[in-house]
Amino acid sequence: MNFTLTPEQEDIRKLVRDFAAAKIAPSAAERDEKELFPRELFAEMGSMGFLGLPYPEEYGGAGMDFVAYAIAVEEISKACASTGIGVSVHTSLCSWPIYKYGSEEQKKKFLTPLAEGSKLGAFGLTEPNAGTDVGGAAASAVKDGDTYVLNGTKVFNTNGGEAEIEVIFALTDKAAGPFKGMSAFIVEKGTPGFSFGKKEVKMGIRSSVQRELIFENCRVPAANLLGKEGQGFKIAMSTLDGGRIGVAAQAVGIAQAALDYAVRYAKERVQFGKPIASQQAVSFMLADMATQVEAARLLTLRAAFHKSHDLPYSKEAAMAKMFASDIAMRVTTDAVQIFGGYGYSREYPVERLMRDVKITQIYEGTNQAQRMVIAGNILR
Amino acid sequence: MEIVVCVKQVPDTTEIRFDSGTNTLIREGVPGIVNPFDKNAVEAALQLREKTGGKVTVVTMGPPQAKNALKECIAMGADEAVLVSDRALAGADALATSRALAAAIRALERYDLIICGRQAIDGDTAQVGPGIAECLGIPQVTCVQKIELDGTAARVERETEEGYDVVESGMPLLVTVGKGINVPRYPTVRDTMKANRKEIAVMAAAELQACVRKPGLGGSPVRVRKISAPPPRAQGEVIQAESAAEAVDALLRKLSDRKVI
Ligand SMILES: Cc1cc2nc3c(=O)[nH]c(=O)nc-3n(C[C@H](O)[C@H](O)[C@H](O)COP(=O)(O)OP(=O)(O)OC[C@H]3O[C@@H](n4cnc5c(N)ncnc54)[C@H](O)[C@@H]3O)c2cc1C
Repeated sequence: MNFTLTPEQEDIRKLVRDFAAAKIAPSAAERDEKELFPRELFAEMGSMGFLGLPYPEEYGGAGMDFVAYAIAVEEISKACASTGIGVSVHTSLCSWPIYKYGSEEQKKKFLTPLAEGSKLGAFGLTEPNAGTDVGGAAASAVKDGDTYVLNGTKVFNTNGGEAEIEVIFALTDKAAGPFKGMSAFIVEKGTPGFSFGKKEVKMGIRSSVQRELIFENCRVPAANLLGKEGQGFKIAMSTLDGGRIGVAAQAVGIAQAALDYAVRYAKERVQFGKPIASQQAVSFMLADMATQVEAARLLTLRAAFHKSHDLPYSKEAAMAKMFASDIAMRVTTDAVQIFGGYGYSREYPVERLMRDVKITQIYEGTNQAQRMVIAGNILR
Repeated sequence: MEIVVCVKQVPDTTEIRFDSGTNTLIREGVPGIVNPFDKNAVEAALQLREKTGGKVTVVTMGPPQAKNALKECIAMGADEAVLVSDRALAGADALATSRALAAAIRALERYDLIICGRQAIDGDTAQVGPGIAECLGIPQVTCVQKIELDGTAARVERETEEGYDVVESGMPLLVTVGKGINVPRYPTVRDTMKANRKEIAVMAAAELQACVRKPGLGGSPVRVRKISAPPPRAQGEVIQAESAAEAVDALLRKLSDRKVI
C-alpha cells in the first residue's frame, strides 16, 4: 500500500495546476456566461502536452499513466469544468479506442495528431432514441466497395463541430442488433455527408460544446473501421469504462474548487461578530465536504491506477464516477449554502460549480446505469 | 553567448502565514517555488539564446531540495544547472550569498551575461544581484525591462519612476530584471520529464573556498534581531455628503484637523 504520488505525477499536478490557474480559470466565468468554447486553450494545452498524457511518446503522447491523466483532468476541472470534460472526452473517449483497437496505420494517422493536440477528438454513441439503452441505436453503416456508407443522427456530441476526429458507432448488421451488429468508425470532420445540427443550450458546462451530428450517405473509407465489424458495442463499453475515470476526476476537481471557495469564505464572512466558520454548524459542513472530496479522489485515483496496471477497472471506474459525482453534487450545493445569498448570485463562483457538476451524474452512463454496472459486477 | 541566470528557491508567499504570537513565519508545509522574478530572468535568457545562440546555465545556492527549482528552469529550457550546496553555507546573508554565487560563476568556463531577478520575494533585499557584480568586478544594471545584445556590447532599458534609461555596456555584464520584461513560459510535460532525468552538478563550499574565505553565517555581517508583521492597514474612510462642495469642505476640515495641510 502506498498512497503517495510518484515525483512525475506530482510534477504533472503542479504543471497543470499552475497552467490552469493562470490560463484557464480567469476566463471561466465569462466563457460560461457567453457560452464560448475555448479552442485556443485547447491548442495551448496541446502544445503543453496535456492532451496525450497517457499515450506513448511514439504516438505523440507524454508517456505518462492514467493516474497522471486523472490528476490533470481534476486540476483543469477545478479551474473550469467545461474545459475538463473537453480534455476527458478527447483523451479517453476518442484517443483511447484508437490506441487500444486501432491498427498501426490508424494510430499513426489519427492518434498522433490527437495526442499532440493538433487535432481535437470526440465520441458519438448517443442517439435520440438510444441513451442509457444503447440497444435503441439506429445509425447504420453499409459496406460499399472500399467505403462504408453512414446514415443516422448522433446527439449530445461533446466537442462536436470543433473536433476534427470523431469515433462513431453505427450498425453494420441490423439483423444482429446493436450488441453483435454495431461497429466503430473513425470519421473526419469535413467528410462529405457529415454535417452538424443544433448546438445544445445547457444548464451548466456552458463553455463546453455539444452538437447534433448528421450523417447522410456519408462515405467513410473502409480503412477507418476501428477493430472488426461487430466489435462496436464492446469498444463502446470498454471505452466508457475508462471515460468514467475522467468524469470522476472532473467531479473531484469541481468539488475541490467548491470546498476551497467555501473554506475561504467561511473564514472571511463575519456574522454575529465572528467568522461563520467558527459556528459548528458551518465547520462541520466543511469537515463533511472535505472528507467526501478526499474519499472520491481516492476512489478515482485507484480506478486510474487499476487501468494503468492492466487490472480490471470497470467496476472501480463505475464506483468512482458514481460516488464522485454524487458527493460533488452535495459539496457544491453545500458550498452555495455556506455562501448564503451570495452563493446564489452569479457574481460569486459557486453557483456555476453547482450547475456544472450536475451533468457528472448523467453523462457517460447515468448514476443509475453505474449502479447497474456495479451490481452486475458483484452479482456475477 | 554564455548566459548565467541566478535563481533562488523561495517559499510560496501566497501560502505563508504569520504567527503573531511568536512573531515568526509559519513555513511548515509551504511549497518551495522558483522566485517569480527569477523566472523572468530565465525567460529573458532563453529569448536571448533563441536569437544569438549559446548556452544558458542556471545557478542556485540552497539546500539539496533547491534542485527542484533548477529542474523547473531546465524544464523551461535552460541547458545546464549548478547547485551550490553545503552546510557550511547555511545562514548566509546577502553578502555571503553574493560571494558564494560569484565564486561559482567564476568557476564556469566563461560568462558573458549574468541575469538575476531584481529581488527574492522572501528576503526582498534586492542585494544579491548587485553583490555578485561587485564581487566579480563587472558592470551592472538593475531593474532592466529590455535587453538587446550586439556582439560584444549590450544595450538595455532600465526602468525608472518616470520611464526608462537606455544604458549601453560592454560585457561581461550583470543585469537584474523585473516582471515587466516578459511573461515566463510554462514548461511542457515532455520537457518536465526530461528535466527530471537531467544530472545536476553540485558544488560544495570547499570548491569555492579559494574565493570565499568565510562562507555561511561566519561571513554574514547582517544579524536579524526581530521580524514583525506590519500593522494591518487601517480602513479607508468614505466621505458622504449632499454635494461635491460639501464633501470637499469636509475633507479639508479633516486634513487640517490632522495637520496634514
Ligand atoms: C452535456 C452532455 C454531454 C454529452 N456528451 C456525450 C458524448 O460526447 N457522446 C455521447 O455519445 N453521448 C453524450 N451524452 C449523452 C449522455 O451520455 C446521455 O444523455 C446519457 O447516457 C443518458 O441518456 P439519455 O439522456 O437518453 O437518458 P435516458 O436513457 O432516457 O434516461 C432517463 C432517465 O431514466 C433512467 N433510466 C433509463 N434506463 C434505466 C434503467 N434501465 N434502469 C433505471 N433507470 C433507468 C436514467 O438513469 C435517467 O435518470 C452527453 C449528454 C449531455 C447532456
